[in-house]
Amino acid sequence: MAYVPIADQDHALHDPQSFITKYIWSQDHKVIAIQYGTIAILVGLLALVLSGLMRLQLGYPDSFSFIAPSNYYQFITMHGMIMVIYLLTALFLGGFGNYLIPLQIGARDMVFPYLNMLSVWVYLLSVIILMASFFVPGGPTGAGWTLYPPQAISRGTPGADLGIIFMLVSLAVFIIAFTMGGLNYVTTVLQARTKGMTMMRMPLSVWGIFVATILGLFAFPALFVSAVMMTFDKLLGTSFFMPAMVSMGQPLGHSGGSPVLFQHLFWFFGHPEVYIVALPAFGLVSDILSTHARKNIFGYRMMVWAIIAIGGLSFIVWAHHMYVSGMNPYFGFFFAFTTLIIAIPTAIKVYNWVLTLWHGNIRLTVPMLFAIGFIFTFIHGGLTGLFLGNVTVDLPLSDTYFVVAHFHMVMGVSPILVLFAAIYHWFPKITGKMFNVALGKIHFWLTFIGAFAIYLPMHYLGFLGVPRRYYAMGNTEFMPDSAMALNAHITQVAIFVGIVQLIFIVNILWSLFKGKPAGSNPWGATSLEWQTPDTPPKHGNWGPQLPVVYRWAYEYSFPGAKDDFIPQNMPPEDVAMLDGAGKYKGHSE
Amino acid sequence: MPLVVAIVFLVIISVLLHLFSPWWLTPIASNWSTIDDTIHITFWVTGFVFIAVNLFMAYAIYKFRYNKDRRSRYEPENKKLEAWLTGFTGVGVIAMLAPGLFVWASFVMVPKGADEVEVIGQQWQWSYRYPGADGVFGTVDTAFIAPENLFGMNPEDPNGQDDVLVESQEMHLPVDRPVKVLLRSKDVLHDYSVPQFRVKMDMVPGSVTYLWLTPTKIGSYEILCEELCGIGHHVMRGRVVVDSQVDFNTWLAAQVTYADTLVQVAGNPQIGQSQYVLCSACHGANGEGNIVLNAPKLAGQESWYLKRQLNYYKQGIRGTHTDDLFGQQMAPMAATLADDAAINNVVAYIQTLPNDPAPVTIQGNVANGQALFNPTCGICHNRNGQGVWAVNAPALSGFSDWYLVRQLQNYKSGVRGAHPQDKFGFQMTSMVNGLKDDEAITDVVAYINSLR
Repeated sequence: MAYVPIADQDHALHDPQSFITKYIWSQDHKVIAIQYGTIAILVGLLALVLSGLMRLQLGYPDSFSFIAPSNYYQFITMHGMIMVIYLLTALFLGGFGNYLIPLQIGARDMVFPYLNMLSVWVYLLSVIILMASFFVPGGPTGAGWTLYPPQAISRGTPGADLGIIFMLVSLAVFIIAFTMGGLNYVTTVLQARTKGMTMMRMPLSVWGIFVATILGLFAFPALFVSAVMMTFDKLLGTSFFMPAMVSMGQPLGHSGGSPVLFQHLFWFFGHPEVYIVALPAFGLVSDILSTHARKNIFGYRMMVWAIIAIGGLSFIVWAHHMYVSGMNPYFGFFFAFTTLIIAIPTAIKVYNWVLTLWHGNIRLTVPMLFAIGFIFTFIHGGLTGLFLGNVTVDLPLSDTYFVVAHFHMVMGVSPILVLFAAIYHWFPKITGKMFNVALGKIHFWLTFIGAFAIYLPMHYLGFLGVPRRYYAMGNTEFMPDSAMALNAHITQVAIFVGIVQLIFIVNILWSLFKGKPAGSNPWGATSLEWQTPDTPPKHGNWGPQLPVVYRWAYEYSFPGAKDDFIPQNMPPEDVAMLDGAGKYKGHSE
Repeated sequence: MPLVVAIVFLVIISVLLHLFSPWWLTPIASNWSTIDDTIHITFWVTGFVFIAVNLFMAYAIYKFRYNKDRRSRYEPENKKLEAWLTGFTGVGVIAMLAPGLFVWASFVMVPKGADEVEVIGQQWQWSYRYPGADGVFGTVDTAFIAPENLFGMNPEDPNGQDDVLVESQEMHLPVDRPVKVLLRSKDVLHDYSVPQFRVKMDMVPGSVTYLWLTPTKIGSYEILCEELCGIGHHVMRGRVVVDSQVDFNTWLAAQVTYADTLVQVAGNPQIGQSQYVLCSACHGANGEGNIVLNAPKLAGQESWYLKRQLNYYKQGIRGTHTDDLFGQQMAPMAATLADDAAINNVVAYIQTLPNDPAPVTIQGNVANGQALFNPTCGICHNRNGQGVWAVNAPALSGFSDWYLVRQLQNYKSGVRGAHPQDKFGFQMTSMVNGLKDDEAITDVVAYINSLR
């Protein structure tokens, strides 16, 4: 019997019947993607506001009486955790993963649609628990997003009684949601690819999301168990992470636990987490660059292997976050070595993006602007990572503003530029409408230049030795007045860039209702999602017949072909050639 | 085209900022110039890549800008080029990593014969221990920590008797001698960091971590905690003074040993009573305070706090600010107490006085005061306002409320807590930031009144 993909079997197609099943309890991956994306963006806006508040305190330390030290530490903690987990992870994997995987591999849906639906609602539950922590006595936890014990659960830290418990429970619930979604993405990629869609023909977006999801499935359990163990330490008095200690003069009942053990577990999750965010960004930006440069991605196979290599290496570099944690210092040799090795596949990716532009025919569309902006900030953030990854250089820079500037450039600005690129790029497919280009360009310029203006000088505060996570610097001797003035300038730009994001929100909402119809393939892209019979794609994506794939996803500007792109599903015999160019014989990898 | 200009512009700005930055490595005061060297090597390598790749990208964007009559080159891969780039990157990585690992090896291995000093972190202060004449530290245990044994010294351990205990924000080191700094924490994670020394390390409760350095420049440097340790993290400041060997020896000889602290005689309330006669003129026969004479209630306040304040007045740390009129009245009074024994005696007498709550004179919005008190004040002064000796926070509830208002105002205006030696007052000046105005202050004090 001929092979019929699960998603293509008749009984698997549950066409939604009512408004509720169509838009609320939907099992359609596209609706779930939008649900994931909407929740993530809303909670991300809150985290943006929190960052504005913390910048106000840093720039003007004596001016805002509503920001007491406890509030400040709560703001930085919630800002960090929301941005990393509830925005970036959820939007890349739950949002773009959900939307793009089935469409780009030619499937009708995820292989487990019901589980997919549960995933988004459990994710929403985790967000609700997190939001609830703002309203419990003592407020949310202020332990820093790394939640290091003992201080996360002992006196002296805001939210050490209830806030931290809500945070840990919320994380555990999030991980359950992620696991439901993640198993789905991996299985779908492995099992539901349409005919002709070999692994090495998949768009890099799918590769990035696929490998990132595998990382997540291995990494999140470490966070899960540490959340459970810390909850036990707090509520049941166990001593996983709690040594014998005296808190505010009172001996606690703990003994024998190890705070450093928590850090190992946390970063065993936390470092792959960087790549859980970065790899999808790498994938999406590769596709965007290739499409708008009208040129194949350069070195596709190398790009795939680089994604896999980075994913693998990301599990043996975690302790570079812990060079000064008091772990055995001899670990430094191993982790500095592995960390700098990971620079090589990462550099290859950057070279290949730039080489994709070389001899391209570059259209500076809004998504392309953001994608190139990403290359710039990622080069910067990646290179400063070589400072911190090198154990010796990390000694003076660790825990200073250099670290803050580095990870915001590489893990904040860079992936968010990709998210904007991706939203603008796929918006016409998701909604069927075109966004406002002028607003998009204004949004790009102010965000890109503004973000660089925020974080570039911040590195130099780090060289000076200005510590991070300080509510106020006071009269710190080695800090000249100019450094305090710089802090105020950074705050002004940060507030400005934060407000600029309203342009994006306005553009999206306005275009959603008033945008011009975009057509099914406005960018002239080759990958399958642009070849759907309907735009936006209907439930089941492909109408009666699944697409058949004949080539890789990067057949741009093929010599002799009439059009400068050849869709993945166009049969070779249908490819129109220029006169005298002979028959089409394309890339068959 | 604007994008090309923007990228070139940002590259130039980055280079110029680097060359002319007013913010750069704080002048070094230790042997770790090798760390600075690795930073410079890393800068050269990464700076080259940053400039080269971005300018190449800008050139590509310019040269291959959209032209509807032109086609991109179809070039799936170029194995030779990719191999070259990989090799080139590998060389750059080795150039940064190799020196880094050599320097790290010298950081990990402490030179033989290095002096040892212990730094103890706790929420939100530093203290220090030197091994004493025998060169060996006595053992410690958190179980021994108590108001009279802040270091948790093991009383049974003979090695500990001569340990020098420095219960102050300031440590001293002799110049040009390698020192292994042992790091210990009583409560949560902290991090011992002196930017001028370049090296730092976390302090982990339950274990002893270390770093080593040779101070090379005589001077006084700030110690900062660089591992988030709660709401007082940013005010956990200390000081390391690098002395000549002679000055260091003099300083060390003046510090108390563990044995000294054991023989300190308790104050004698009988003797103290006669000295208290002078105090009673303003503070009242029962230490109940007198609002008319601006004298706060004393009875019931813990000894360690009264002693510290008397010492501060004697040493000019309090009562010297030009706007501190009442403090200026107190300073000469404190000066009449000749020595530590006299202070001990008078404080011992105050401990015998009946602790009746002071009269309520301040009204305010108690609910608002509670909202302000709990997340900030309540952490150190305790939710019940009874104070916490371990973080040097005195009792508040039941004491003269008008006095609390004045002190909060003084902290806010810098009349109190600004003196460089007043390390706990310094912490208060930051914590009062949450109190917007006099109304917020009276609200908080009204709430403190409700706690009695």
